Amino acid sequence: MILTNLPIGETAKVVSVKGNNAVTKRLMEMGVVPGVAVKVVKTAPFGDPIEIRLRGYSLAMRKSEAEAIEVSE
Amino acid sequence: MKTPTTESQESGVESHLTENSEIRNPKSQMLIALAGNPNAGKTTLFNALTGLKQKVANYPGVTVERKEGFWKAGENAARLIDLPGLYSLDVTSMDEQIAHDVLTGKIGNLPKPDAVIAVVDATNLERNLYLVTQILEFKIPVVVALTMVDLAEKQSLEIDTAKLSELLQIPVIAVKAGQKHGIEELAEKTFEAAQSDKIPHLPWLTEAEFLESDEDIHLSLSDDAAANRKIFARYNFISDVYQESVNALETTERGVSEKIDSVLTHKFFGLVILVAVLLLVFQTIFSWAELPMNLLESGFGALGELAKAVLPEGILADLVIDGIIAGVGGILVFLPQILLLFLFISILEDTGYMSRAAFLLDKLMSKVGLHGKAFLPLMSSFACAIPGIMAARTIENPRDRLATIMIAPFMSCSARLPVYTLMIATFFAGQTVFGFISVGAVLMLAMYALGIFTAVIAAFVLKRTLLKSPPPPFVMELPPYRLPNLRTVFQNMFTRAWLFVKRAGTVILTISIILWALAYFPRTNTEMFVPPDANASAEEIQKAKEDFQQSEQLRNSYAGKLGHLIEPVITPLGFDWKIGIALISSFAAREVLVSTLSIIYNVGKDANEESETLTQAIRDEKRDDGTPVWTPLTALTLMVFFVLAMQCMSTIAIVRRETNSWAWTLFMVGYMTALAYFAAFVTYQVGRMLGF
Repeated sequence: MILTNLPIGETAKVVSVKGNNAVTKRLMEMGVVPGVAVKVVKTAPFGDPIEIRLRGYSLAMRKSEAEAIEVSE
Repeated sequence: MKTPTTESQESGVESHLTENSEIRNPKSQMLIALAGNPNAGKTTLFNALTGLKQKVANYPGVTVERKEGFWKAGENAARLIDLPGLYSLDVTSMDEQIAHDVLTGKIGNLPKPDAVIAVVDATNLERNLYLVTQILEFKIPVVVALTMVDLAEKQSLEIDTAKLSELLQIPVIAVKAGQKHGIEELAEKTFEAAQSDKIPHLPWLTEAEFLESDEDIHLSLSDDAAANRKIFARYNFISDVYQESVNALETTERGVSEKIDSVLTHKFFGLVILVAVLLLVFQTIFSWAELPMNLLESGFGALGELAKAVLPEGILADLVIDGIIAGVGGILVFLPQILLLFLFISILEDTGYMSRAAFLLDKLMSKVGLHGKAFLPLMSSFACAIPGIMAARTIENPRDRLATIMIAPFMSCSARLPVYTLMIATFFAGQTVFGFISVGAVLMLAMYALGIFTAVIAAFVLKRTLLKSPPPPFVMELPPYRLPNLRTVFQNMFTRAWLFVKRAGTVILTISIILWALAYFPRTNTEMFVPPDANASAEEIQKAKEDFQQSEQLRNSYAGKLGHLIEPVITPLGFDWKIGIALISSFAAREVLVSTLSIIYNVGKDANEESETLTQAIRDEKRDDGTPVWTPLTALTLMVFFVLAMQCMSTIAIVRRETNSWAWTLFMVGYMTALAYFAAFVTYQVGRMLGF
């Protein structure tokens, strides 16, 4: 399942981060690597970006960026 | 690349260090680098270690701030270099490139550091340790300074620092920089590490592909798959370390930050609060800055008077009073606004609110291709483009930052107000549309709207052409809300203000002198003066003589000649050569238009935008054929020109400084002037066709 399909408030484990570009690299550097648990916290007022929580901190990203992240069902 | 500024920065650092008698030769000093994630408490620690012995400059060729200080602990002393806050050392951003170059000893005159202090936020251990694993790959001794331990304990995170140190094979010291707690131990371990060459052998480091070659580990990233594997390997190592050294107790209680966040980033209230915060900031900047700005203005006035009294009458006195004091004073009066803006930016950043504001607004800003963080520089530019452009520093991506800088001056700043006001007072005062809406208010609003509209279009075009780049990753940490450290806030504010005064001051001084000279030379003698009226008192004759002198001087000066020279170009806009002089002189600052017009039209220097005589003089001004120079259409055209034209030498100086490029600066002046000319041309010609 793609991270953007994960309902707000739900937690799931990252399965893979697809693609080889600046965004996926940055995501991985920020700790979004396979195996880590992420929780979708909220979306911004205009529906984008979203906030997720992982490794004890909050990370914001655009939905287009979050689409690279696949999480377990 | 060596630039003249690099030299002066270097000598600045050295002269500072030599002030301390123990340090004679800074080049032989030990060099220690301070690295850490943004918001990890790095600046606070840097201040605690160096006190006030620090220098801020830019790295050569870029606008990344280079902070260096002198750290003395017992018998040991070192140069301490504060790297930009970073999450990673892969060279994807300017900050990361600089940090990478410092750690590999590739920055001009800096040797490779003897040791690195890695500042690690205990409440966010895993992600902070990522940077530590990368620094270790550079084979430089590392000491971890663990900050925010008390906050971690409040969040039920128990960190076993001894275990952490054992697993990482490097010293880990808990510090509370505010209370100087742990500083001594940190010094002891750091200087010990710097003098040894003990490099840890950690499991992921020994994996074959990592140590193929020292130098190019981080540069071989064209192989992205390998790079991703490395990131994964580092985090795997970190996860193991974390599990063994941290005892995270389960809590069901929501954190304070989460509670604050549920209000501040609320779908509705979040936006309301954001607007309120911005209004409060700008209201405060305007109202608080008013008194010190007036004081500064009268201070420079008094300084001018003093110079007048002290210096013998003549060219030197005129240069000092009208050129230097008036020119430099004219820019330094903005200092209170700049200090206040930086005060608020510092507070907004340090509390963590700035990231939330970008989070709230990114969707809107990204529609024109800008980053969410561009809103603050643009908002600030309504007060003055100078602090606005400086505020663009918060945008990491150089292209996005440049795009923001390029459009910021379209926001109608406070210096345009006197021009709008004069034009409205002269030609549109008391008029209404639909019987109750004042034409003046409508025009004023239209001018602001025209500026914003042009900025949006310009951003849209720039981001698709010259500054084309893939949409920058928005991926951004939302740091926990924290009370700002006041000392850090004030230190930030003052160092930035000082940079503004120092750099902008030199460029502005030069331009002031040039503009002064253009209006001053060649000298006109007053012998042609004919007293207006035989019955006039001596005082009146003297006054008339001075006015005559001023306007004749201007007419015959190089500025006057330039006015005549550009007259053919500005005739299609409905402007004559006198307005041409005003356009040239208002290149120094937009509001100078008002005082120049009053000099040209002979109404005395103390005229202001509301003075009856100036508005009357403008209405009365005739061409040689007897038709009035000014019509309401001319006034409107002039206003349109002022919305779009780049007429502010201070802004130009700041853009040069912030972009570090004359090419971009000149491009900005060029495209803004072209747009202004085009829009004014269309306004005047279409107006004429419509019969105005």
